[in-house]
Amino acid sequence: MSSVRGQGVPDPEHALHLLRQMLRVRRLEEKCIELYSAAKIRGFLHVYIGEEAVAAGVMGALAPEDAVVATYREHGHALLRGVSAGSILAEMYGHAEGCCRGRGGSMHLFDAATRFYGGNAIVAGGLPLAVGLALADRMAGRQRVTVCFFGEGAVAEGEFHESMNLAALWQLPVLFCCENNLYAMGTALGRSESQTDIALKAAGYEMPAWAVDGMDVLAVEQAARRAVDGVRSGGGPHFLELRTYRFRAHSMFDPELYREKSEVAQWMERDPIRLLQSVLEAAGQLPQKQWAALQEDVDAEISTAVGFAEAGTPEPVSELARFVYSDTADGGNPGTDSSAGHGAGKEGARKEGGAG
Amino acid sequence: MKTTYREATRAALRDALQRDDRVFLMGEDVGRYGGSFAVSLGLLEEFGPERIRDTPLSESGFVGAGIGAALGGMRPIVEIMTVNFSLLALDQIINNAATLLHMSGGQFNVPIVIRMTTGAGRQLGAQHSHSLEGWYAHIPGLRILAPATLADARGMLWTALQDPDPVLIFEHGSLYNVAGELDDDAGAVDIDRAAVLRQGDDLTLITYGGTLPMVLEAAEQLAADGIEADVIDLRTLRPLDGAAILASVGRTHRAVVVDEGWRSGSISAEIAARISEGAFFDLDAPVERVCSLEVPVPYAKHLEQAALPSVERVVAAARRAAGSS
Ligand SMILES: Cc1ncc(C[n+]2csc(CCOP(=O)(O)OP(=O)(O)O)c2C)c(N)n1
Ligand SMILES: [Mg+2]
Repeated sequence: MSSVRGQGVPDPEHALHLLRQMLRVRRLEEKCIELYSAAKIRGFLHVYIGEEAVAAGVMGALAPEDAVVATYREHGHALLRGVSAGSILAEMYGHAEGCCRGRGGSMHLFDAATRFYGGNAIVAGGLPLAVGLALADRMAGRQRVTVCFFGEGAVAEGEFHESMNLAALWQLPVLFCCENNLYAMGTALGRSESQTDIALKAAGYEMPAWAVDGMDVLAVEQAARRAVDGVRSGGGPHFLELRTYRFRAHSMFDPELYREKSEVAQWMERDPIRLLQSVLEAAGQLPQKQWAALQEDVDAEISTAVGFAEAGTPEPVSELARFVYSDTADGGNPGTDSSAGHGAGKEGARKEGGAG
Repeated sequence: MKTTYREATRAALRDALQRDDRVFLMGEDVGRYGGSFAVSLGLLEEFGPERIRDTPLSESGFVGAGIGAALGGMRPIVEIMTVNFSLLALDQIINNAATLLHMSGGQFNVPIVIRMTTGAGRQLGAQHSHSLEGWYAHIPGLRILAPATLADARGMLWTALQDPDPVLIFEHGSLYNVAGELDDDAGAVDIDRAAVLRQGDDLTLITYGGTLPMVLEAAEQLAADGIEADVIDLRTLRPLDGAAILASVGRTHRAVVVDEGWRSGSISAEIAARISEGAFFDLDAPVERVCSLEVPVPYAKHLEQAALPSVERVVAAARRAAGSS
């Protein structure tokens, strides 16, 4: 923790908020696993347990008008960006009440209202999108930031390198957040990268880049604030390497033959939730009653969300062929961003439409 | 011998690695992880990391490197986890593997085998559910295989490795757990001809890969109603065994093509065109096609199932073609 043990944190109320955010993700993910086992959720399911401090710390540094691009391990990012747990779970149930009307599932959560651009199941596929969203902001003269999350596995892809270069070359307002959990499925970082210092790699593209303890939510938030400020104030792209660890299997189909249980256990000692909890407790900043109340709140939120998903309805099959092309009759799609400056006449506004 | 499609594929890999020192397997998580579909499980222990080569997430890079290694005299088997990720390697496959021989005036052939999983049906959503083998079959210079049976899972790889030119093998994800009997001495099979897996005089059902089990089941149901179908397993999508298709349709006069790909511009369109070119005057009914609906494959089970070919849709199309609907 960024504080000295026993002294607590300077702003316990805010720390408590971060603790709550992490716990919300943890409980949602635990529920997802349970629902997967009960066959309520299908397809691929990748949970974020162990990595909660990353999304919690970074999301806190964003403004509502900013944009987020994530991966297939994105339930937590969606939740902390403001997508309701109910619409996330309903999506995984394949229900019409889900944030993508059951079309996307676990790996493809999208939400126009919170500018959450997915949910991408192609490794590194989100990076160029983030660059483009940032390009649009720059061209339209908007002071917004686009944050792009991706795993360290993505660093080996060409799209990573092309995106780094474009963003730096054009000085675009994008924050790259590499969630370095040391494994890409079964491939350890040292087996996939000649240079394993990812922040150093990013720095090679001439952008401010630094590594952060991704188990320490306060450190993540501090770093994210600094980086977001840098980006927003015209400093061009920034890069954070968030050193973290996934406590669970890659997906529900992973026998985990590639790592020792002892290694997992060692990382679990740095569980981001327990880490913050114990700092607060040691300093008397988290009375038992408050911790109990927080847990109760979160449990209530998740069980309400499950109820919402359970009560959902299947999208009628008659709607199957919708959204292959834009519905033009009802004035376009909710995510269409027509607030651009440049010559966005009627035609231009429609064409530019991100979510279309 | 009782086996599964997965085990038969693994046996083919092991056999090739044992028989030819130039053969090696390369791809994401083929080694320590055991393959994302557990096909290569145990091969790392048996053949070591030089020949069971884990790669980073760099599809364009390692597919291209496989092409280079083939030029350099090796016999690489490159595994791309799924066809969806092959899109990142499309440039190498189409601009290099498929063209080098021709562009070099016959000097440089590319003896590479690229394997990948294909298909939908497991609620994986649009980005993980493509069936693009028919699309690859558009490309001159490539040979496209779609093993649908245990014998082909076991036997196509070795023959593909003997081919001097690039061969792409598409393994449908729904087939890996299919179990059945395979001859103890099963080995290499031809990769030129379609197979007639069931015989009947009333109509011809034409398919390949993941939809073969569905089509065989449909044929069973049709037989119960007195409609006897030829079932053709295409096996190789390029070059297409047009003669086998025309021979059957010439006898049955009716054809239904079943393809998990989208309808427009698809392999099913190519087959229908070949039939109209070569058997127009033999036909007693329009050629029917059962394909996936033209939407990105949705996640929700009921929507996904509605988008994909099904036994019911095949039976209905067959009845229409047979004039008994
Ligand atoms: C282009 C591409 N290749 C392969 C895959 C299969 N795949 C899905 S997740 C994954 C590992 C990615 O690891 P990393 O980027 O570190 O993210 P993490 O899962 O650790 O969060 C792989 C290989 C994919 N989805 N996309
Ligand atoms: Mg990783």
